[in-house]
Amino acid sequence: MTEKSEYLIELTGMRKAFPGVLATDNVDLKIRRGEVHALLGENGAGKSTLVKMIYGILKPDAGEIRFNGETVDIKNPAHARELGVAMVFQHFSLFDSLTVVENISLGMDQKSDMKTLATKITDVSERYGLPLDPHRHVYTLSVGERQRIEIIRCLLQEPKLLIMDEPTSVLTPQEVDKLFITLRRLGEEGLAILYISHKLDEIKALCDDATILRLGKKVGGVSVAEESTGSLAAMMMGEELKEFKQAAKVTVGDIRLEAKDLNMIASDPLGISLKNINLEVRAGEVVGIAGVAGNGQDELLTALNGEHRNNNPESIYIEGKASANLNPNQRRELGMASVPEKRLGHGAMPDMNLIDNAFLTAYDRLGFIKSGLIDYAKTRKFAKEVIRDFNVKTPRANVPAASLSGGNLQKFIIGREFKQKPSILVVSQPTWGVDAGAAQTIREAIREMASQGAAVLVISQDLDELMEISDRIGAICGGVLSKFYPIEEIIIEKMGLLMAGVELEDGVQNVA
Amino acid sequence: MLPRLIKRQTPSASMVYLSPVLALLLTLVASIILFLMMGVSPAAALHAFFVEPISSVYGLSELTVKATPLILIGVALSLGFRAGVWNIGAEGQLILGGIFGGTTALFFYEKTGFYIIPLILITGIIGGMLWAGIVAFLKTRFNANEILTSLMLSYVAALLLNLLIHGPLKDPDGFNFPESRLFSDSALLPILYDGTRMHLGAIIALVAVGLGWILLSRTLLGYQIKVIGDAPAAGEHAGFSPSKIIWITLLISGGAAGLAGAIEVSGPIGQVLPNISPGYGFAAIIVAYVGRLHPLGVLFSALLLALSYLGGETAQIKLNLPVAVTGVFQGLLLFFLLASDVLIHYRLQFSKQAAV
Repeated sequence: MTEKSEYLIELTGMRKAFPGVLATDNVDLKIRRGEVHALLGENGAGKSTLVKMIYGILKPDAGEIRFNGETVDIKNPAHARELGVAMVFQHFSLFDSLTVVENISLGMDQKSDMKTLATKITDVSERYGLPLDPHRHVYTLSVGERQRIEIIRCLLQEPKLLIMDEPTSVLTPQEVDKLFITLRRLGEEGLAILYISHKLDEIKALCDDATILRLGKKVGGVSVAEESTGSLAAMMMGEELKEFKQAAKVTVGDIRLEAKDLNMIASDPLGISLKNINLEVRAGEVVGIAGVAGNGQDELLTALNGEHRNNNPESIYIEGKASANLNPNQRRELGMASVPEKRLGHGAMPDMNLIDNAFLTAYDRLGFIKSGLIDYAKTRKFAKEVIRDFNVKTPRANVPAASLSGGNLQKFIIGREFKQKPSILVVSQPTWGVDAGAAQTIREAIREMASQGAAVLVISQDLDELMEISDRIGAICGGVLSKFYPIEEIIIEKMGLLMAGVELEDGVQNVA
Repeated sequence: MLPRLIKRQTPSASMVYLSPVLALLLTLVASIILFLMMGVSPAAALHAFFVEPISSVYGLSELTVKATPLILIGVALSLGFRAGVWNIGAEGQLILGGIFGGTTALFFYEKTGFYIIPLILITGIIGGMLWAGIVAFLKTRFNANEILTSLMLSYVAALLLNLLIHGPLKDPDGFNFPESRLFSDSALLPILYDGTRMHLGAIIALVAVGLGWILLSRTLLGYQIKVIGDAPAAGEHAGFSPSKIIWITLLISGGAAGLAGAIEVSGPIGQVLPNISPGYGFAAIIVAYVGRLHPLGVLFSALLLALSYLGGETAQIKLNLPVAVTGVFQGLLLFFLLASDVLIHYRLQFSKQAAV
């Protein structure tokens, strides 16, 4: 072997502290050439911090990085790219109004003319099975295709190490399969891949070795083939997760929420217009809507909760009342509560405290206004009940919402809506970016709401979650809603087709 | 290597309230340097600027006269600024209030009666609201930036006043001077303390502080203002209408500025002049920020800014300093306040840091 070291990159004793939290503590990580290495851990385990240190975005407080056996001090991302490190981020940085080749040329450290670049893009995309037309505008592309731009952009730099941060969270199962084929081929060609995820089955399917982080510490370095998903999960979470208890099925009751040929033109030019949405949610059931991000989920939620309205009142019925022209407060009065996907800035005001945030959607239903003035004593009591009953970890009620972690704020928002005892609940991405323990609490609370007789609609990109909590499930793609299927009759592969907008032949009618 | 601004994780809570004090101290230091450069003894200048104006009962009463419009407008502007509605044209709305209130006073020139003063004040409010209403309409209907429209309308208002004072409002016996008649006694605000110019407006301003405080901290409207200002999407989630808030905050600040204008013409001025405000509408923006957009804070910062007007006059008389010294002081104060606020939320980093 002519190389100086068995490993392409070796990290030893990596440590990084932020005010109030030790993000990574004495972490080691070694990756061989041609290896697909998994970096596994829950949200907040320190995965991103570690990777940012490799990519030169963060400076380590302590620790050594050896690249090709030589100690390096990675100054910035440009330096990292020079060494041969490339990274595909979870959130893409693409300009929607530019073409693929223009976007890629913007991210290149060396400039080259568009024609050569376009040929290079076509070459790389054909070689690795990443079909992509260099001259298309980004806004016309699906999320999977956008990710390909990022991957190709990285591959054009001829990297030695490719870092992928949770690449599958935005893909359909079929797109995931295609991505894995590409990644395996890249591995065979000698490229080392650091694959960050908390999805265990993906890691089982793709990776050779795994490094597991928990609370900023390395808790294991294992060969994936020798572990089961259960043992990996146990290392990742520190304790075996308690099995999800399916609440006793209740008999499904009357239709509480109904959309009939609901159309809504997107207010944002890059938004998704809703087309002929038909759905019913009955008392006592949880209906799930799967879909890849950016296919109209947000638009569906805001159309149902009244933030966006059209002028055809008959397109939405709430408790049997034509409601599409009602504003959010009038719909709340009829019994509807909703939890938007974005917590800070949509579900909650970042700079206002939890008492004010509790008031936001509850003041009307719970009567927090007395003779024209806000009854802060009553609001504070309610906020404290939400904090207590939903186990929100916060020092006090009068801290700004932005100071809470994502999971705790989500529990607070969910609690605020649930404690108003709504008869209809529309929730988007209930456990996005929430740690496993809180996610479990939230899912149980959602089932509990349904078993108490509420009609619950869950919009989520997490298919496993929907399969776990829904009674019926469908998918949204490009603003069009698929038919719905009882959960017992659907398998993941079929869901993948639905999420990609393919109609199933054996479709059943969209009724319970 | 240029220093870069890095966002702080948690801005210090106490510094948010201390920054006006810090800004004032820095302004004083800068003023001392300025006085030294102009060859004036800093001690004498500071004494003339800050101590002399308020070392007599008359001086204190003058302070309330100057502070009255600043408080009225500052409280109202705070509401708008909290909602992210940047009305910087209070000066124009004040002028419209002066025109409307002054016209009312002149219309009832030969009448006497208790009803005249309320009418002057109400028409003044209407004038300010009309002017701010144009801004609200353009903003909600065409999404026109209110900073531009409100500012430009201020110049239109000044020209309109000039036009009127050279025309229909001109004193028929005034030898063609661009001034109106002196108002009759029934159109003049009652004086609160004999021998001074302290007038009823001071009490109205205090009431405005109380009302503003209650509105902001205890009513649904105040809550909506804060929510729309912090997170507009959260406001829509709750069912609050952003355009309603734009209309209400602009009408409130326009109305308050109009009231201040009517109070000025029927109080200390007593007639309509081509210049009815030494920039109160603009200074009130500084008042609102130095007062941390809180009605009680506005009360104190308005007194400070009022002192800067008085101090500027004293410094002119005693030390032959130019009239611009007031504007320089106000500008320095705002400059240092904004700088302190930036440094509360961001910190400077001088070392080279990787770009993301």
